[in-house]
Amino acid sequence: MTRIDPGSAEAVAVLVSRLLSGETRALAKAITKVECGEAGAAALLAAIQPHLGHATVLGITGPPGVGKSTLIDALIAELRCRGKRVGVLAVDPSSPVSGGAILGDRVRMARHTGDAGVFVRSLASRGHLGGLFRTAWGVIQVMDAAGPDYILLETVGTGQSEVEICDYAHANLVLCAPGLGDDIQAIKSGILEIADILVVNKADQPNAATTVSQLQGMLGLRSAAASGVSVVTTTASTGEGLPALADLIEAIARDRTTPAGRRRGSRGARRALANAAGDRVRERALQAEDSSPIDALCERFARGEIALDAAAAELVRLVADGEDGGE
Amino acid sequence: MSSPGLQGGRPAKVLVTKIGFDGHDRGSRIVAAFLRDAGMEVVYTGPWQTVENVVNLALQEDVDVIGISSLATDHLIVPKLMEALKTAGLGHIAVVVGGIVPDSEVGLLTDAGVAYVFHPGASRDQIVNTISGLAANARASA
Repeated sequence: MTRIDPGSAEAVAVLVSRLLSGETRALAKAITKVECGEAGAAALLAAIQPHLGHATVLGITGPPGVGKSTLIDALIAELRCRGKRVGVLAVDPSSPVSGGAILGDRVRMARHTGDAGVFVRSLASRGHLGGLFRTAWGVIQVMDAAGPDYILLETVGTGQSEVEICDYAHANLVLCAPGLGDDIQAIKSGILEIADILVVNKADQPNAATTVSQLQGMLGLRSAAASGVSVVTTTASTGEGLPALADLIEAIARDRTTPAGRRRGSRGARRALANAAGDRVRERALQAEDSSPIDALCERFARGEIALDAAAAELVRLVADGEDGGE
Repeated sequence: MSSPGLQGGRPAKVLVTKIGFDGHDRGSRIVAAFLRDAGMEVVYTGPWQTVENVVNLALQEDVDVIGISSLATDHLIVPKLMEALKTAGLGHIAVVVGGIVPDSEVGLLTDAGVAYVFHPGASRDQIVNTISGLAANARASA
């Protein structure tokens, strides 16, 4: 049996047309291709670009055990009732020791497994620095091409790369649970800033009202930019509060066409571009041939003849010249 | 880093699950941890899955290997799973079964296309190495 090289231009074209026609197997394979940086991944991303932008991307983040997966399960149910198609990308941490991972978020979303309007994919965060954003960005683009109305992006929300990922979402839900004073302390310092909607989950627990007022108090101390942040309560396990949350989310989807919404939507694109450009410069610097101008610059910097700032500016200029120089 | 989990661009991806009514999932959790510690990415679902669910999970997650834990005759449903995987165009995925499988019923599974059956006493190395090898083959033929 002869096999077509899966990285070839024609194989990618076939995969893309199957993906755009909504074939689940093609979507799964295309995600793997992008996730693993397999041959043809860049060509695939380029080919789907004209078909992107339909999905509203929502980041869902919060400390472990707060109920992210359960909330997503309930949110899927609510959005499906409204006739929306949903994609989920659930990121779980990789072990820094073995590199392996247990991807267990689906345990809580099991009831949607057989629903053709729901596609869930688990993604291990892997080790590579900054790589998670690039991978997740690509995977979300591939999902978007398959045409869902919403893509829910679940992350633990700790660590720089995960905060970066939130830039790609049109809005971010930050979850917290009542009764955990430390919990609020934790979200206060980092991920509170990225929240568009603060969700107090497990609202059937005592102290939910206290947590809500603490959060509102905190928002009151912040700049006008925080004034648009909503605080909602949910009990994801029963579906309580989900219609109100879904209303907020649908409003965000509608607002995407306003100037503010568009500016917001381009944040992720900006970061993706900055990352890709940074990669290019890094690669050129690290792989510069002996006695090339970039190599000479590195030597001058190593000898202390030029300061880091000036050398970096010079490097960017040299890389740009090289790009012009017939490549 | 060289790890038995690494297959080309990504670690081996394995779905560890149980079909049927038996909820004793301690064994599958231990195996899931073995595989993770060997550097593999394990999609873990918990028990009580249907054949259709397992096919959909494997389809969406694009796994290389499916590991079915069976302690109470659930393995007898596995031939149906093999059939359903082929129908879904997922014939490249290697399926292994582990747990309590009487010797007289191993043939039933291997005839249906099950790649390997692990019995009580299977060592960690045996499980990890077998699944790692199967994952590499499955990836190559995806």
